[in-house]
Parts: sequence; C-alpha cells; structure tokens
Amino acid sequence: MKFNINLKNTLIVILASLALTACATQKSGKMTSDIYTGSDTVEYLATGVKDRVFFATNKSTLTTAARDSLRKQAAWMRKKSKVSVTVEGHADERGTREYNLALGEKRANSVKDYLMTYGISGNRISVVSYGKERPVNSGSTPLAWSQNRRSVTVKVD
Amino acid sequence: MNRLILIITFLFTFNSTAFSLVEVDITRGNLEPLPIAVSPLYVEPGSKDIKQNEKIIKNVGDEISKVIEVNFRRSGLFNPLKKESFVQNPDIAHVKPRFEDWRLIKTQALITGKVLVTDDKIRVEFRLWDVIAAKEILALAFSTTPNNWRRVAHIISDKVYQRLTGEEGYFDTRIIYVSETGEKTQRYKKLAIMDQDGANVKYLTLGNELVLTPRFSPKNQLVTYMSYFRNLPRVYLLDIETGVQEVVGDFPGMTFAPRFSPDGKKIIMSFAKNGNSDIYTMHLETREVEKITEHTSIDTSPSYSPDGKYICFNSDRSGLQQIYVMRSDGSNVKRITFGKGLYGTPVWSPRGDLIAFTKVHRGKFFIGVMRPDGSGERLLTENFYQEAPSWSPNGRVLIFYRETKSDSEGKGFSAKLWSIDLTGYNERLIKTETDGSDPSWSSLLSK
Repeated sequence: MKFNINLKNTLIVILASLALTACATQKSGKMTSDIYTGSDTVEYLATGVKDRVFFATNKSTLTTAARDSLRKQAAWMRKKSKVSVTVEGHADERGTREYNLALGEKRANSVKDYLMTYGISGNRISVVSYGKERPVNSGSTPLAWSQNRRSVTVKVD
Repeated sequence: MNRLILIITFLFTFNSTAFSLVEVDITRGNLEPLPIAVSPLYVEPGSKDIKQNEKIIKNVGDEISKVIEVNFRRSGLFNPLKKESFVQNPDIAHVKPRFEDWRLIKTQALITGKVLVTDDKIRVEFRLWDVIAAKEILALAFSTTPNNWRRVAHIISDKVYQRLTGEEGYFDTRIIYVSETGEKTQRYKKLAIMDQDGANVKYLTLGNELVLTPRFSPKNQLVTYMSYFRNLPRVYLLDIETGVQEVVGDFPGMTFAPRFSPDGKKIIMSFAKNGNSDIYTMHLETREVEKITEHTSIDTSPSYSPDGKYICFNSDRSGLQQIYVMRSDGSNVKRITFGKGLYGTPVWSPRGDLIAFTKVHRGKFFIGVMRPDGSGERLLTENFYQEAPSWSPNGRVLIFYRETKSDSEGKGFSAKLWSIDLTGYNERLIKTETDGSDPSWSSLLSK
C-alpha cells in the first residue's frame, strides 16, 4: 500500500517533468531570462559558425554565448581573409520605431567592436540597422520577440 | 499637384461680428455634439457636370454637402442631421431660411449654398445661419477649378468650424503616411499621401526600398523621410509637387528620425555613428550641420517647440527611454518624464502647450499628452501596440498608428491609422486602401 503511493508520486513527478521537456522542445527554442538560447532561426556561415547572436530587451550587451559565437566568426574571418561582412542589427516589435533603429545600430556595433578585438579589420565589417522592420519570427510572443532581438552577420559577395 | 487657385469673396453679411447664440464648447469632451443641418448646395441652372478621372459628378452641390457632413461627424463636435428631415428646398433656404421650420428638427446651425460649374471654373457660395438667433453669421464665396471641388468642401468646413468653435479648422489638410503590404517579415513600404478624410490617395514611391517616418514641412510642400535606398539608411527630402528627392547632408552612417524646424529651414534628426546616436540639425540652404546633443547613450526622436526655442527628444541616458527637453542649442537638458514605464516619440503641439508621446508600461502602449515641464500627464488611449502621434495643425486631434497581435505565420497582423481627440474621446479608424503607419499631418493648405 505505502509502496504504491510512493510509486504513484514518483510517476507523477516523472510524467510532469516529461511534460515540461515536451513543452520546451515543442515551443521550439529556449530562453534564459529573456535572451533566446535556442538555435531554430540560426543559420551557419561555415560548419560550427553561427550567423547570429541574441540580446536582452533594450540591451546591446553581448552575452557569454554571444561572445562565444562571435569568436568563432572572428576565427572564420581570419581564415577567409578576403571575406567581408555586414552586421545587421535588429530589434523586436515592442519598442517605438525610431528608438529601435538606434538600438539596432548599437547592437550591430557591439558585434563589430567585438570582432575587431579579435583581430578583424574594421574595413571588413559594415553595419546596418533594420530596427524592428525585419523580424524573423512574425509571432507576438515573448519567444518570437527574443528571436527577433538579434544581430546577423551576413557575408558580402 | 496642381496648385489651388482660390478666390475668396466676402459676401455681404448681416451683423457678422454680433453675438450669436450658437457656440460649440470644445474644452469639455464632445459629449453633446452640436446639431447642424448641411443643406445640399443648390446647383444653378446651366451648370456642367464635373469629369474627374473616370468619374462624372452630376450633382456637385450634393457631393460637397456630403463631404462637409463627414468632416463634421468625424470631428466629434457636430451632429449633422439627416437630410430626409430637411424642410426647405436648397435654393430657397439659401436666400431666406424659415427658421421656425428648421427649429422643429432641432438643428441649431444651418449651412446653405449654391454652385455654378462652367467649363473651367466652379463658383461656390455658402452661408452659415444661426437657427436659434434667426440670423446669418457667415457668408463666403469661392472660385477655383472644378477638380478642386473637394477642397472647396474642406475649406467651407474649416470656415464653419472656426466660426462656431473659435479655433482654426483642420479639414483642408493632407496626411502623408507609409503604405504597407506583404508579409510581416518582409513588408513593402511606400510613401503615400491622401486628403485628411482619406480621399485622393497617391503613392509617391514604388516600394523598391524601405521607407519610414515621413514628416511634412510646416511651411511648404516638402517632406522629409528615411529611406533605405541602396541599403544605406539616410534621411531624404522630397518635394511632393515636383517629385524631386535628395539625400539630406553627407553623413558617414545612418541618419533617421527627421523633422522640420517650425520655420521649415532646418531638418533636425539623429545620426548614428559607432553605436551612438546623437541629434544634429542641417540648414537646408546653407547646408550647415550642427551637433546638438553629445552623449554616449541613444538620443533620438527630436521635435521643436513651435517658437523654435526648445527641442524635446527621446534618450536612454538614464538607463531607459525617457523624454527630455533642452534649449534649441542643446543647452539646459532636463528630463521631464518620471512616471512608471518608458516614454518615446515626443512631439510638440503646434499650440505649444503640450507634448504628445508614446508610453510603454506593463506590456501596453499608450498615447498621451503632458505639459512641456512633464506635469499633467494624461493618457488618451491604451492598446497592444501603438505609437508615433502627429498633431492636427490646430492642436486638437492626434493621428497615430496601431498594430495588432499575430501568430508565428503573421496571421492577425495589421497596421492601421487612427485618430483621437485631445480630450481622449472620439477615437476613429482612418480607412486606407492598404495597411498604414507613421502618419504625419500637414499644415492648413490655404490660410
């Protein structure tokens, strides 16, 4: 009898945690505080070199994960010495248009600055801000907004 | 845009300066709009039809009265009565109304008029009657080209509005905005212009490049806006009469958030360089560039006071978006918003007494107004997303845009233009052919 109850509780806990994991994967992606940590929208400049990093609301500071991605971008650019890039800065739809343009520019430049500290010449990096004009996820949810608060490094032909 | 040639004749008016009983109280809300009868204008015998584009307008007198009625209804201050209840023929009413009959349908004011259309001219005469005091209180006549008949209707609306409220009207005006089509992730945006009532829409760009935030010059037919032409986001100047466009200044980076100075001689805008946005002005004749703010944080959305002495703007120097006011040379910067939430898009009223803004608080967007010292904050409307208020030239109405929620496929998304009265009443959708955003109101076209 007692054993049974314990078993039941354990089962409930296991089922509950299964449900949680299912939720997280189903919602396609994860967030830590409000920074996107998943890779659903991410594309690759080369094997293992992610093209984008994500930001917190109204912030342009680089997270640990963002710096890690950018060091890989820098390493890739050092190898491909003829490649130039444009860093696009983007914001989510939850801000006023003009402020978001400025914020996107600030985000793109914090990426550019970081790449430059890893030895990439500023001449090889241009920046452009799109503000909230080019979201990657059309949804009006915190997860969609976190995917849209991003900078994307695009190879220039 | 063919320029309006307008001849205004003052008709003989009885006691035009005398005290009249009809008056609209515009300081309160618009709880009891004034009943007004707009009699169809009498079309004089021998008048021609008006051919406009593909349309033929047979009874322009009727059409003019309809445009006036729509203007008045939308203002929220007037209640135009149904024409079926009218008791007198337009021609006789225009000569001498039987006031006791008009009183029966509970109207307090009456507009009558007559029109004569020849091949190249339309002549319109109208009178405004105080039904309670039983007398004429305004009479004017206009001559212009027949295609301008809608403008005649707007000018009549303005004259009547001014006579009854004591304030300048805003009907003979236009709105420039961004027309939007396509997927949310890849919107096509064109500059569009229309009359204040939504008529006569024209598209000014083709949609090949992203365009944002057009703003009228308060003095002439120039517009300043931002374009991503050749993927270089810059502030541009457009002459809407000639179609000539030019980039404003020679800045090595993004320029955005442009507006004119009240005299129309300068553009004030943000210039972003190395991750920092500051406010600059450029004189359009001398090309002289002046840096107005110098701060490591974001400074944007500048707007002059109507006397040109002050500038309100948006900055996150305190950590989050707030509104600041400074002298127009950049000195004496003062933060004016201390309420809960974020504040953006400050824009100074043409009367000078208020600043309109967007406020973001607890996931909601508000359009509000406050005094230039930050006191007396009043929130007029709350929604999921709305921003970018622009004042009617008389400082009475705000136009802005509103976006709706959507799912990850973009379903449910829309961007629409809305207007609201300064009192917080009379919120209205402004119908446009496509979605729209970033509206800017022109000055009165004829003064």
